[in-house]
Amino acid sequence: MHSLDLTGMTVEAVKEFGLGRKEAARAKNMFALGLLSWMYNRPTEGTIDFLRSKFAKKPDIANANVAAFRAGWNYGETTEDFSVSYEVKPAAMAAGTYRNISGNLALAYGLVAASVQSGLPLFLGAYPITPASDILHELSKHKRFGVQTFQAEDEIAGIGAALGASFGGALGVTTTSGPGVALKSETIGLAVSLELPLVICAIQRGGPSTGLPTKTEQADLMQAMYGRNGEAPVPIVAPQSPADCFDAALEAVRIALTYRTPVFLLSDGYLANGSEPWRIPDIAGLPDLSVEFATEPNHTDAKGNPEFWPYLRDPETLARPWAIPGTAGLEHRIGGIEKADGSGNISYDPANHDLMVRTRQAKVDGVARSIPDLEVDDPNGDAKVLVLGWGSTYGPIGAACRRVRKAGHSIAQGHLRHINPFPTNLGEVLKRYEKVIIPEMNLGQLITLIRARYLVDAMGYNKNARHAVPGRRARRGADRDVIAGVDGS
Amino acid sequence: MTDVVELGFPSLGSIPKTDIPQRAADFKTDQEVRWCPGCGDYAVLAAVQGFLPELGLARENIVFVSGIGCSSRFPYYMNTYGMHSIHGRAPAIATGLASAREDLSVWVVTGDGDALSIGGNHLIHALRRNVNLKILLFNNRIYGLTKGQYSPTSEVGKITKSTPMGSLDNPFNPVSLALGAETTFVARTIDSDRKHLTSVLRAAAEHRGTALVEIYQNCNIFNDGAFDLIKDRTNGADWTVRMEHGEPLVFGTDSSRGVIRDPENGMLTVADVNEVGKDKIVVHDAHAEDSAYAYALSRLSTKDLPYTPIGVFRSVEHPTYDDQLRGQVAAAEAKLAGDHTSELGSLLRGQDTWTVD
Repeated sequence: MHSLDLTGMTVEAVKEFGLGRKEAARAKNMFALGLLSWMYNRPTEGTIDFLRSKFAKKPDIANANVAAFRAGWNYGETTEDFSVSYEVKPAAMAAGTYRNISGNLALAYGLVAASVQSGLPLFLGAYPITPASDILHELSKHKRFGVQTFQAEDEIAGIGAALGASFGGALGVTTTSGPGVALKSETIGLAVSLELPLVICAIQRGGPSTGLPTKTEQADLMQAMYGRNGEAPVPIVAPQSPADCFDAALEAVRIALTYRTPVFLLSDGYLANGSEPWRIPDIAGLPDLSVEFATEPNHTDAKGNPEFWPYLRDPETLARPWAIPGTAGLEHRIGGIEKADGSGNISYDPANHDLMVRTRQAKVDGVARSIPDLEVDDPNGDAKVLVLGWGSTYGPIGAACRRVRKAGHSIAQGHLRHINPFPTNLGEVLKRYEKVIIPEMNLGQLITLIRARYLVDAMGYNKNARHAVPGRRARRGADRDVIAGVDGS
Repeated sequence: MTDVVELGFPSLGSIPKTDIPQRAADFKTDQEVRWCPGCGDYAVLAAVQGFLPELGLARENIVFVSGIGCSSRFPYYMNTYGMHSIHGRAPAIATGLASAREDLSVWVVTGDGDALSIGGNHLIHALRRNVNLKILLFNNRIYGLTKGQYSPTSEVGKITKSTPMGSLDNPFNPVSLALGAETTFVARTIDSDRKHLTSVLRAAAEHRGTALVEIYQNCNIFNDGAFDLIKDRTNGADWTVRMEHGEPLVFGTDSSRGVIRDPENGMLTVADVNEVGKDKIVVHDAHAEDSAYAYALSRLSTKDLPYTPIGVFRSVEHPTYDDQLRGQVAAAEAKLAGDHTSELGSLLRGQDTWTVD
């Protein structure tokens, strides 16, 4: 333990710039960064360049910060308090060009990429809400891609406008967090009934109600899964890291466009604001998301005349045709009232309703045929315990599994990207293990789905707190719990 | 048609036209119309189907979006594109559609409950944004679909199923509300006056921006006779102020009544023309930039409707939200050196990268 007068030394270091004590003290983070840069043998040019450009218009502030940074570095170099310094070897990473990216930025880029790859203009309807607003800010800067951003009067109008744009043939997207999802529920149900593409980006935060707007939680899974009136199945895609938000956004759009359905992209505050190195993808390798609008009648009426049936489905995907206004001969009316199979006319027939309920469910279930199997990480190959997670807990669960392995035990990690529907091999994977542990930042939502669907006696491990790096004692306790599971005790 | 000013804005330029002559029947669908016999909605449907052929727009480029309520069944009966959405949300949905598609003529069909109760927020924001939407607000001053509760336009003291001792809350005047939201086109008409209804619809269609048309519509089941005062064949004219741009606001069976500016307080009021003299009668100016004049006109009808102006209260030309939104996108796209794909490459790459071998 080393103690040092951080504020005092910082104020001393920057006194020549004539700042007040309070302002001068604000540079102490740079003193600390300078000291750490010395301690870990990090290059200093990048930081200094950053400070000079960040405060280009305020040279006094720039100079003070640079001085504090250098003072911190020099303090490490000259004081004899520290006997060692460290050099951290670069993490083992695949070859390529990298950049830093946060989850919300990656998600926004993923949506822009999906727009380019589909050839559809992106329309974002959104109402500001923490921690999702940055996606609105980001997308509003990218009009050169044909992106329209609409800051609506409320959450309901945000998704309503997005759905209206989808009806018109745009890629409709809305961004929000838990309380906003609640407000959007009715419109999501309408999108289920209209069978139009729509992506709902839900950046989860602590709940219920206003809850903890700036803290993360995974407690909106059930809301995404079931939070609507009637049988209203919606596919759910969950990114597992900040950079993964890019791929997850493309995947959510793929499902929405292919199956003509609203899709939840379920991120959270930790992913949204966290960042990590991202290997910049090759544009040529991005998926082709092009769609075909209906242009011709698809049915013949009783008199033998061609007509258009908006609910005549693709036999493989069960998706209905997407005929956009402006297409002559395909004029049709759709709405939230139950529709007759095929013709799409209003139908109150109970047998038809039963068929439509089952068909909408079958369509979403069928998404499973287009998603990869769940892959399990089990380096020893003899694990009896599977830790199954979803979303932003990927990193912490992986770290915990590595510790368990380091302690001489075997353990398998599986992480779900698709929560509705599940990958087709999930049932078989779960049965391979004697124990299944499901850690979540909620009181057990994925586990409820898993237990109900597969009749697996999974164990929950539930925390409603941020991914704090736990103290050593707490970490040992958690590991012990897991190892107890491994040992079958 | 002379009832309503011909505004002549080149507003429909972005919507494809058809050379094939259209008839009202072309706009009818094969769906059975399910309103109650005698409902005022039939007259509005017939008027809309009757006047659309005049516009000469390609039928596939017309969209009707509705919310929930009796009037919101309207899209099912229009052989255009249509969406019967959810309660109160049609203005929001239509805003997205109109923004995304410059080439569409987008109509919203809504009622007093749909637009002013559950959808009040969406309505006022659509109005203030001035999106290219034509909003037909069927006002029957009652909830019809849910079988007879009072609505936000019902008069105070209304006895209904949900207010057996009389309703307590003050009603909205939809025209005043719209003018308060700075709506660029506001008009009122009546279901039973086909000629007037048609002329107002035409003026609304020609307006670039949001047009709000309040249509007094009789619900003969739950609120029959709500507008009998002004519909009365003998005395109705005594209560109905027919507004025409550039014409003095004179009305009444023998043109004996007129709208004047009250010398006491500057407000608009009704006076006997012979008493005050013709030169005191206000000449209607639908293009007045300040909405205060149109607002004052709207206040002639109180909650009990003694004097009811019909026609165009206000029609001014302002930039529309959706035109400007598309304008921003077009300006940004015009600066693009390459195509979207190459631009995507530089976006993803960003400014600060490093390479791992």
